Amino acid sequence: MTVTQKYQAKIYVTLRPSVLDPAGTAVRSGLQQMGYDGVEQVRIGKYVEVTLTATDEENARQQLDGMCDRLLANPVIENYRFETISVQ
Amino acid sequence: MAYITRDILAQPTRMIWHQDTDIDDIDVIVIPGGFSYGDYLRCGAIAQFSPVMKSVLAHADRGKAILGICNGFQVLTELGLLPGALVRNRDLHFICDRATLKVERTDLPWTREYSKNEVVSIPIAHGEGCYYADVETLKQLEDNQQVVFRYCTETGDVNATGNPNGSLNNIAGICNPQGNILGMMPHPERAADPVLGSADGLKLFEGLLAISLA
Repeated sequence: MTVTQKYQAKIYVTLRPSVLDPAGTAVRSGLQQMGYDGVEQVRIGKYVEVTLTATDEENARQQLDGMCDRLLANPVIENYRFETISVQ
Repeated sequence: MAYITRDILAQPTRMIWHQDTDIDDIDVIVIPGGFSYGDYLRCGAIAQFSPVMKSVLAHADRGKAILGICNGFQVLTELGLLPGALVRNRDLHFICDRATLKVERTDLPWTREYSKNEVVSIPIAHGEGCYYADVETLKQLEDNQQVVFRYCTETGDVNATGNPNGSLNNIAGICNPQGNILGMMPHPERAADPVLGSADGLKLFEGLLAISLA
């Protein structure tokens, strides 16, 4: 029997630096309007939590790379990174 | 869309369900506009894994025609059948308006009924229609003449004023290198019956039809 472990992944999907973020720009002007004069830039991304089972952490990371490359992020416009923690 | 192919052009038209897999009888696939799977995550992102898409890819491999309009264009880029991506409009607004487009090439079945540099009026209706690709991809698109339609002013000038959504190089529609796959944000099917105010889009379907029947 293969022992599986449960993992929780916190996935951050961010726009690639070369892609304009009009929503981020709108939020920046909102913050400046509020008086936060120090705000220089706002970039809005996505945060995804995935709970999954895997044989080990390496296997969990492999699965997550596949999920991000194929669906959760679009490599044309986005980068991603994630951290995993073992939960039980 | 079906109204145009079935009623205006009098062609056999079959609606394909996303779970269908046998579509070998189809000559031209049109992936229409709308919202697929709520457009969750990204427009067209989840639709690319619909059961029918394997058959769509096989159809593409055989060199048969595929037209993606609006959300359909977004699906084609997510599928990887066309390069680049469609992102949030420059000014954030959903735009529902008429756009003037310049026809960049007329050697494709899609555009053979137009004249080169013809300016046509076609409706747009999208929130994420800003075409983006990296510098290298853009260069390839231009070098291979894969840009089929560009946003322009009413007088045909391709510039920032004529660009409704911030698309790079004013791109409104592109094809693959072979030319059998076309993706465009504007809606030619909404300008294909004179009753609706413009029939500028009809020639796109007529051109394709002439090739298919030949």
